[in-house]
Amino acid sequence: MDKFATHSGTALPLRRSNVDTDQIIPAVYLKRVTKTGFEDGLFAAWRNDPEFVLNQPQYAGATILIPGPDFGTGSSREHAVWALQNYGFKVVIGSRFGDIFRGNSGKAGLLVAVVDQKIIEELWDFVESNPSTPLTVDLAEQTITAPGFETVFEIDPYTRWRLMEGLDDIGLTLRHVTDIDAFEANRPAFLPRTLPAKVESVS
Amino acid sequence: MGKTLSEKVWDAHVVRTAEGEPDLLFIDLHLVHEVTSPQAFDGLRQAGRPVRRPDLTMATEDHNTPTLNIDQPIADPVSRTQVDTLRNNAKEFGVRIHSLGDLDQGIVHIIGPQLGLTQPGLTVVCGDSHTATHGAFGAIAFGIGTSEVEHVLATQTLPQAKPKTMAVNIDGELPPGVTSKDIVLALIAKVGTGGGQGYIVEYRGSAIEALSMEGRMTICNMSIEWGAKAGMMAPDETTFDYVKGRPHAPTGADWDAAVEYWKTLKSDPDATFDAEVFLDAGQLTPFVTWGTNPGQGVPLGARVPDPEEFVEEADRTAATKALEYMALKPGTPMREIGVDTVFLGSCTNGRIEDLRAAAHVIEGHHIADSVRMLVVPGSARVRRQAESEGLDVIFKEAGAEWRAAGCSMCLGMNPDQLAPGERAASTSNRNFEGRQGKGGRTHLVSPPVAAATAILGRLGAPTDLADLTSTAR
Repeated sequence: MDKFATHSGTALPLRRSNVDTDQIIPAVYLKRVTKTGFEDGLFAAWRNDPEFVLNQPQYAGATILIPGPDFGTGSSREHAVWALQNYGFKVVIGSRFGDIFRGNSGKAGLLVAVVDQKIIEELWDFVESNPSTPLTVDLAEQTITAPGFETVFEIDPYTRWRLMEGLDDIGLTLRHVTDIDAFEANRPAFLPRTLPAKVESVS
Repeated sequence: MGKTLSEKVWDAHVVRTAEGEPDLLFIDLHLVHEVTSPQAFDGLRQAGRPVRRPDLTMATEDHNTPTLNIDQPIADPVSRTQVDTLRNNAKEFGVRIHSLGDLDQGIVHIIGPQLGLTQPGLTVVCGDSHTATHGAFGAIAFGIGTSEVEHVLATQTLPQAKPKTMAVNIDGELPPGVTSKDIVLALIAKVGTGGGQGYIVEYRGSAIEALSMEGRMTICNMSIEWGAKAGMMAPDETTFDYVKGRPHAPTGADWDAAVEYWKTLKSDPDATFDAEVFLDAGQLTPFVTWGTNPGQGVPLGARVPDPEEFVEEADRTAATKALEYMALKPGTPMREIGVDTVFLGSCTNGRIEDLRAAAHVIEGHHIADSVRMLVVPGSARVRRQAESEGLDVIFKEAGAEWRAAGCSMCLGMNPDQLAPGERAASTSNRNFEGRQGKGGRTHLVSPPVAAATAILGRLGAPTDLADLTSTAR
């Protein structure tokens, strides 16, 4: 994963709440076996509508998404994160997120910045008035800035550290493989195992 | 101070804890399906890593699988590739798989309990948000993304920040005709889709204790629909009876040791929760949704709400958008809403008791001419069991379609989808826009309401059938 320090880019205001992961990418688009090529499915149900904000020319090339509260609720599909990344988004700024979506973003390197909904409203107004003005998101300082605008965002310290260092989670965990070995050695005998497979006899 | 159920299970799985870092949790059971795993196996391959514990891992095919002609190759080439990829990965990495056509194939959250792999006190994960289903046994079970699937495959652990705790106290006796699905729909309408965010919730109280394991699973299954990290219930005699004798249940001295441990898995009397919610089961009636998230629900006897009734502006906007999508007018009695399709199935309500409840209502009736009804058992074994009880005949004689097992129309990844504008009563878990097919409109309901709705051609409960002349079988 690439290290994340700062990102500057234009933003896209998505004035909708409860945009669940089925809206971000419907299930029929989840059949690919790679992590790429999901951009076509992004917000698929709304993409044909010329009025939809993603289709408005002033927001072309935006890399920062600003949705309403409860973005990314629902299904655990990490494809939602990949679809946003494949389309070109680097940062999502919102007031409330689905837990799994937020976790997936941290693992995949999409920065999820949390601010009060009041700030989101201000950001929406700002971006709609200044669509070509880039915002700068600084992960070290935890700030979002634009000319005449600055705010602090929240992110859990561990995810922030991992993103800044560009660390692979599995590699981090495997540093503690002796702890895992020790834990496994003490598990009770009655715990289930999937192998060898046992199935009901066919009557 | 005492511990809550979730704290006990959590603490028993901490491999490593360090200041400023999430706990490293050991995972007892990892369930895998075709949609959220290909990129994870690919990651292992690229890094040259094996699956650390194939003996704690099990795969099945459920999301993409067709429910017709399952003896033939999957027609959609993209779906087929995804299923084939899982089969190849399972073979390469030594993971047990139950493929289409196998008697133990089915929705991942149905086959875990069915095989006796789901047991009290475990940590269970799966790349699927409805994994909390397994919490009904007193397990900490939650959905994970594909990066985490890879992490568990490689390490059998997951770094996890400890969530807060919440008790959902549900006391009282459920009135006749009211099910556990109605409990959870009413709960979500009360607390909102974000009400559980950041919590592991424990459902408890006399109404929960009175439920069967299958009824309990329906409630835990929908924990994610109000944002909870996981939902769980203390194991009791009902739980032990359910697990006992299943293929992977402990036996002999192991069984005794297990039960002795399982009996300690309940919140201590002096344990405190970070939050508590109360619900009176005695006041509940059949519950249905009118909107596009599971929190937008009302009693069946109520009317479509007026967006102006909502206090919060965000709720008003959401309600307005939802009614527009659902093509509903405020004030319309829910019972006057006609439906085109009824879907009975899913990891929420695709178990044998659900099929029995619906068959009981449908027996002796015929579904309305304007309605198509899909009955999709949650697993191949549920289907077989239903057939041995003659339920398939009841459904077929009533005009319903009797299908093979899988997720099916719950999310429409296979050919079972709603057409644009089509309206469904569905026993599944999500009424999101387009969830069951682009432009499709979903009302979430219980199995008895689904059955009555199919007969009436409009939303209704079994009690509404009383005045209907029943068609002789």
